[in-house]
Amino acid sequence: MVLNMGPQHPSTHGVLRILLELDGETVVKAIPDLGYLHTGIEKSCEDKTYSQAITLTDRMDYLNPLGNNLVYCLAVEKLLGLEVPKRAQYIRVMMVELQRISSHLVWLGTHAIDLGAMTVFLYCFREREEILKIFELFTGQRMMTSYIRIGGLALDPPAGWRQAVERFLKMMPSRVDEYETLLTENRIWIGRTKGVGYISAEDAVALSMTGPTLRAAGVAYDNRKVFPYSSYEEFKFDVPTRTESDCYARYLVRVAEMRESLKIIRQAMGKISNEGPIKAEAPGIIPPQREKMKTEMEALIYHFKIFTEGFSPALGEVFVTVESPRGELGCFIASDGSPKPLRVHFRGPSYINLQALPKLIEGQLISDVIACIGTIDIVLGEVDR
Amino acid sequence: MTESSSQNANVVAECLRSWNPQAVVEVIEFRGETTIVVPRELLRATAERCCKDAKLQYNLLTDATCVDRTPAEPRFELNYHLVSIPRREKVRLRVWLDGNDPVVDSLVPVWPGANWLEREIFDLFGIRFTGHPELRRILLPDDWEGHPLRRDYPVEGYRDVPNTGELFRKSSTP
Repeated sequence: MVLNMGPQHPSTHGVLRILLELDGETVVKAIPDLGYLHTGIEKSCEDKTYSQAITLTDRMDYLNPLGNNLVYCLAVEKLLGLEVPKRAQYIRVMMVELQRISSHLVWLGTHAIDLGAMTVFLYCFREREEILKIFELFTGQRMMTSYIRIGGLALDPPAGWRQAVERFLKMMPSRVDEYETLLTENRIWIGRTKGVGYISAEDAVALSMTGPTLRAAGVAYDNRKVFPYSSYEEFKFDVPTRTESDCYARYLVRVAEMRESLKIIRQAMGKISNEGPIKAEAPGIIPPQREKMKTEMEALIYHFKIFTEGFSPALGEVFVTVESPRGELGCFIASDGSPKPLRVHFRGPSYINLQALPKLIEGQLISDVIACIGTIDIVLGEVDR
Repeated sequence: MTESSSQNANVVAECLRSWNPQAVVEVIEFRGETTIVVPRELLRATAERCCKDAKLQYNLLTDATCVDRTPAEPRFELNYHLVSIPRREKVRLRVWLDGNDPVVDSLVPVWPGANWLEREIFDLFGIRFTGHPELRRILLPDDWEGHPLRRDYPVEGYRDVPNTGELFRKSSTP
């Protein structure tokens, strides 16, 4: 029998459609069908100036908008050869790690609700709300933040940000413990996840998988450690790995990652000074300060030029990767020396990891399909772009 | 960082040249990134070498993408981004393809992960990969006309021709 699962199915986390060929309850063959959310973001980027395209990046992986902003801005900065002030780099790290926790919370909540644990979902979204409030404080937005800009940040941190983040850091460790008491030794949870969705480390690398799914197979590949960006080399943290490579191991890896992120946020808070620049000094690329525009002729001209025609980086191509909550998020930009990019391409980890889904579920029971879709943590906005 | 990357460029280029002098057309360094331009005929063999050679060990194909440089010829530029997890190095393989004949060997036999990456390029650029196990559109409907990421495809699409997709129509009528 061929069963059509999705695209409108709550456990497919968006609009993923899978054609399942079944023998009784066993999956013989699985064919994912994508593209229901394809919005042509890469094409749209080609028609915008470099700074205009930032708002489009938010909308790909909507659980990780800050990470998307970051990878795009890092790529443009690399293309320009721009150095970002340390203070801005640390704030970026802090924001991206907060985002990682919030993304893992959504993953944990939805994964658990798929497998029948309603309470975890409510708890996870309670804490996620706190993170979104911090984002709102910093950026004025809960989700589509566009906070990270080329050469730095959009705004200085607001008054009272330290207390807000501090409050969150104080509360969060005990909340992670709380999720663990609900799930880690829960017999139903173990029954639904242990030994389900196994993939060997060799297969995972061959299929280009990255992120927690790869680390749960025992490969300690994390861009923050291997190819550090935004001053990650100055932070002390561990890369949690497991070797069982099943849904349960991936759960443990992600929970451990939340704790590591808390460590990084704590260190970042110590490194962020109260005063200092949040944008690079690059006339003609970074918009000048409002004050200067009112007193200096050049500043006004630059402001006008940046917003009418943009800036033109050198000819060339760059490829930058960061570690998103889902894996290696890459951004490729080809410049032809004009104010608009010739080509922008995003390597979405959801898209590439989803490729391994048939490998995870073929030969398994249909109920495990739900666990396997959940465990690779896809965001369809990023899969289809 | 720049120093180590140019060192790596030398390692990769020498290793490939000692295997086959024709394999490296050009080595490009830009912003600390290494690009090895490979002739089209040798792409799969070179990729296999990069993956299997004990000195290179590029075991992860992280990304593959295309750039349309129309009206220049050769028009298409394929970029493969490789990562060596044990060596902690990156490299980019590049192949130039002619606009009239955009065909190249598929890398699925070397890295199975190339499957969807190549399907995406086929879908959006119309480049054909020989030896690909399942070369069909992935993001757009099967009956879509044209390849939207080509530079001569308008950004707004062809609006006067509404296209809801043959798939949809087929399934709605019994």
